[in-house]
Amino acid sequence: MKIPEIDLYLIAPEIIITAFGFLVLLLDVFLPKEERKGYLGIISLIGIVVAFLFTLPQMRSVKSGFEGMFISDGYALFFKITFLIIAFLTVLISIGYTQREGIAFGEYYALILFATLGMMLMAAGTHLIIIFLGLETMSISIYILAGMMREDKRSVEAALKYFLLGAFATGFLLYGIALIYGATGSFHLKDIASYIATKNLLRSPMLLMSLVFLTIGFGFKIASVPFHMWTPDVYEGAPTSITAFMATGVKAAGFSALIRVFFSALPAFRPDWTSIMWVICVATMTLGNIVAISQTNIKRMLAYSSIAHAGYILVAFVAGNDLGTSGILFYLMAYAFMNIGAFTVVILLGKKGEENTLISDYAGIGFKYPLLAASMTIFLLSMAGIPPLGGFMAKFYVFSAAVKSKFYWLAILGVLNSAVSVYYYLRVTVLMYFRESEREITGLQFAPASVIALILTVIGTLYMGIFPANVLSLAQRSIAGLM
Amino acid sequence: MTILGIPILSLLIFFPILGAIVLLFINKEKPGTIRVVTLIFSLIEFIFSLPLFFAFDSKTAAMQFVEDWWWVQSYGISYKLGIDGISLLLVLLTTFLTVLCILCSWTAITFRVKEYMISFLFLETGMIGALVALDLVLFYVFWEVMLIPMYLLIGVWGDPKRRIYAAIKFFLFTMAGSVLMLVAILVLYFLNQKATGISTFDALELYKSGLPAGTQYWLFAAFALAFAIKVPMFPFHTWLPDAHTEAPTAGSVILAGVLLKMGTYGFIRFAIPLFPKAAFDLMPLVSVLALIGIIYGALVSMMQPDLKRLVAFSSVSHLGYVMLGMFAFNMQGIEGSIYQMLNHGISTGSLFLIVGMVYERRHTRLIADFGGLSKVMPIYAVFFMIVTLSSIGLPGTNGFVGEFLILLGAFQANVVYGVLAASGVILGAAYMLWMFQRVMFGKITKPENEKLKDLNAREITILVPMVIVIFLMGIYPKLFFSKMDASVEKFIKDFKGKVEMKADLPSPKVAEVKK
Repeated sequence: MKIPEIDLYLIAPEIIITAFGFLVLLLDVFLPKEERKGYLGIISLIGIVVAFLFTLPQMRSVKSGFEGMFISDGYALFFKITFLIIAFLTVLISIGYTQREGIAFGEYYALILFATLGMMLMAAGTHLIIIFLGLETMSISIYILAGMMREDKRSVEAALKYFLLGAFATGFLLYGIALIYGATGSFHLKDIASYIATKNLLRSPMLLMSLVFLTIGFGFKIASVPFHMWTPDVYEGAPTSITAFMATGVKAAGFSALIRVFFSALPAFRPDWTSIMWVICVATMTLGNIVAISQTNIKRMLAYSSIAHAGYILVAFVAGNDLGTSGILFYLMAYAFMNIGAFTVVILLGKKGEENTLISDYAGIGFKYPLLAASMTIFLLSMAGIPPLGGFMAKFYVFSAAVKSKFYWLAILGVLNSAVSVYYYLRVTVLMYFRESEREITGLQFAPASVIALILTVIGTLYMGIFPANVLSLAQRSIAGLM
Repeated sequence: MTILGIPILSLLIFFPILGAIVLLFINKEKPGTIRVVTLIFSLIEFIFSLPLFFAFDSKTAAMQFVEDWWWVQSYGISYKLGIDGISLLLVLLTTFLTVLCILCSWTAITFRVKEYMISFLFLETGMIGALVALDLVLFYVFWEVMLIPMYLLIGVWGDPKRRIYAAIKFFLFTMAGSVLMLVAILVLYFLNQKATGISTFDALELYKSGLPAGTQYWLFAAFALAFAIKVPMFPFHTWLPDAHTEAPTAGSVILAGVLLKMGTYGFIRFAIPLFPKAAFDLMPLVSVLALIGIIYGALVSMMQPDLKRLVAFSSVSHLGYVMLGMFAFNMQGIEGSIYQMLNHGISTGSLFLIVGMVYERRHTRLIADFGGLSKVMPIYAVFFMIVTLSSIGLPGTNGFVGEFLILLGAFQANVVYGVLAASGVILGAAYMLWMFQRVMFGKITKPENEKLKDLNAREITILVPMVIVIFLMGIYPKLFFSKMDASVEKFIKDFKGKVEMKADLPSPKVAEVKK
């Protein structure tokens, strides 16, 4: 047996994130209790920035390592950059929030870092076991994070629900992986594809079953209908910073693995999964948008909206062309900015013991906290797909991919859904600007770190809308070799 | 092309945003300063737009003052601006009306002045952008950008009773129509890319893509829906009376004056030249809807108890003429149609201003609450009369020229259309004059009306330019037609070339007819 060649530089970002995760855990023990609170967040931020700096230079070349189990290609790196941005923003909004809510434990930041590590492995793994390990590393960290507010019943409920359902979904995924291994004898994505092609296994019941199981497993992570049931409860119950992390990071990671596995290993089954995904996609958009209309809690509304966004992204997935895949990358990054931004506003509008997460709490804040409300408006309109914001460009690319592959109905259903969604996003702006507040929200304390996050997300949302060319061409370069 | 090295169109688009940014730094406790600063910015914007008129070369039909840069090169999306004889006057109308709108909001808007003015300046950016954009994506962006400030204007500063309903209705109607246009834009893009190998959203390039008729129908339908809602054509007009009635005066003025023109402009710039066969084949449908709009709008106007609602429904009728003239597809019809777009902006805009002025005094708009105002407000009565006559289309005013040409065009296209449209003119005179009589003449029945103050200097300042334009456009239309002749001629030539219609007798230039 040959000893696999080990190229540590290839996994430098992952190593750095892991190391900083442990560092945070260690410092948590050794630093005096009073001093540790803010520092741990800052150390995590430094770790993320360092990992980022190690990720960027790798963009230049495609390298595979560890016996072909791990790849550092444009696709993986684009996702890693997205994850690191998401993690950075999440930590930023957490610094003030965790202190306010009394959950400023060391393991909080360590778990965010470990979850990020899991995501990065999911994007870079070209071996089903690596992808699975990444997914589990991410999921287990998130299960704990969702239940961080131990005193809060809803948070505990969220964690338990997410854990139980998540464990099921993981079981399905693992079963699917096992069936693929059984049918093809390999975990390597490329080998699976070539084995299917040479042996003509297109009607193999084992592989068709595995296709279904993988769809369920990944569908759960990206919160697509009908595997979305957990989303509203978990998003509502989890600490808001973690909700933002889940809605953007976990979703992006789920998509990264879904696309890699389906396009690299199972391209032969394209007609089969296209028809399954078409149905899932339309159901996801429609259900997410329609149910969002009747929500009274902003976190639940954003949860349903995030389901709808998974649907829009699936439009591009169904389209299955290079335009669509680069569109998905662009979408996920734009979504990261606007969604984390919206949750940042949700956090800033709350205070200790008073979360103010009802949509009616937003009444009248438009002229009381003009910048906060203006930012929220930007994020919501961006999610609704109004130009010139990032969300518009993202939807533009996604729908153009569908049109290019002649999925006209899908594009039409997508834009109509988008028009429906305008209603509930506007409703928040109606409250913010058109109505007087019934109850004064006073004494808000704006944590400086959260304000920085707010500024960054506003800039990100505007930048991706007004100057989309750079990110888009990066995304287009990134998918070279994938399709 | 630029003027003195300045990219004039970009300047016009972004100068209002600069104004909005300046406003951000002014203390909101000083509404007076905010008003003055906004007025100065809108005035400078208007002055910046004037060179367009004088530097415009009326001999060529090509786009002028073109700016062309890549926006998203890998997709073929460009930042391409330019104007021709069709859009030139609409741009001027926009900058002109904005100044008057700022002036007429002087005392009407008393709270959240800063936010109001910022919204207004953003709206101006959106409007100018949509009028000068030649790239379909860029156009779509500006088209949607207009929505948000208008939505805020209606929703925050509108009439308290139903402003929220009206604002949401306005937004959702427009949005629902335009998203399908977005899909159509994409379909067009990919079909063109497949046929020619060029990735472009440049409207002028896409004009050349000769799509099969079947495809054209679908795409035209999607574009037409978006524009028909905005115009608004019967039966997509139901958002309009609500939006107009609930909006603050300046909002109604700009909505009637410019935003509705975006729909008709969209037809003439995009829907018709991009899909000429479909437009030609669907001409009877559009014409009939336009005629229904003319007559239905006039009849409904007649029965309105509320002044603003009356003016709003009269817009449905007026815009029906614009559509009818445009779909006559001859020189008179189209020039009349463009002229009527301008007229409607001036006349209906003035009517909203006039209704707003009396509303500020009495806080009611019900016709029944007035009567005999000409005795207490003689200056007001004079202005009201002139504007009413211009709206009816009395010879010597702008309205006559537009309506006359449209009728001329309609008769050439189809005699029945012409006859029906002409009967609409009579109805138009009926509801306007009847309204005028009930409001201005007779005995003063309400004691509140006895002490109404006549117009002040600021209000006269607003109305005088309007009246000047009304007469200028009525008496010396050549000044304006000469700017649009070349472009409209080319429009018709291209159109006829594409639908392979039998060439009609060469229609004389309108300016020559008038000599």
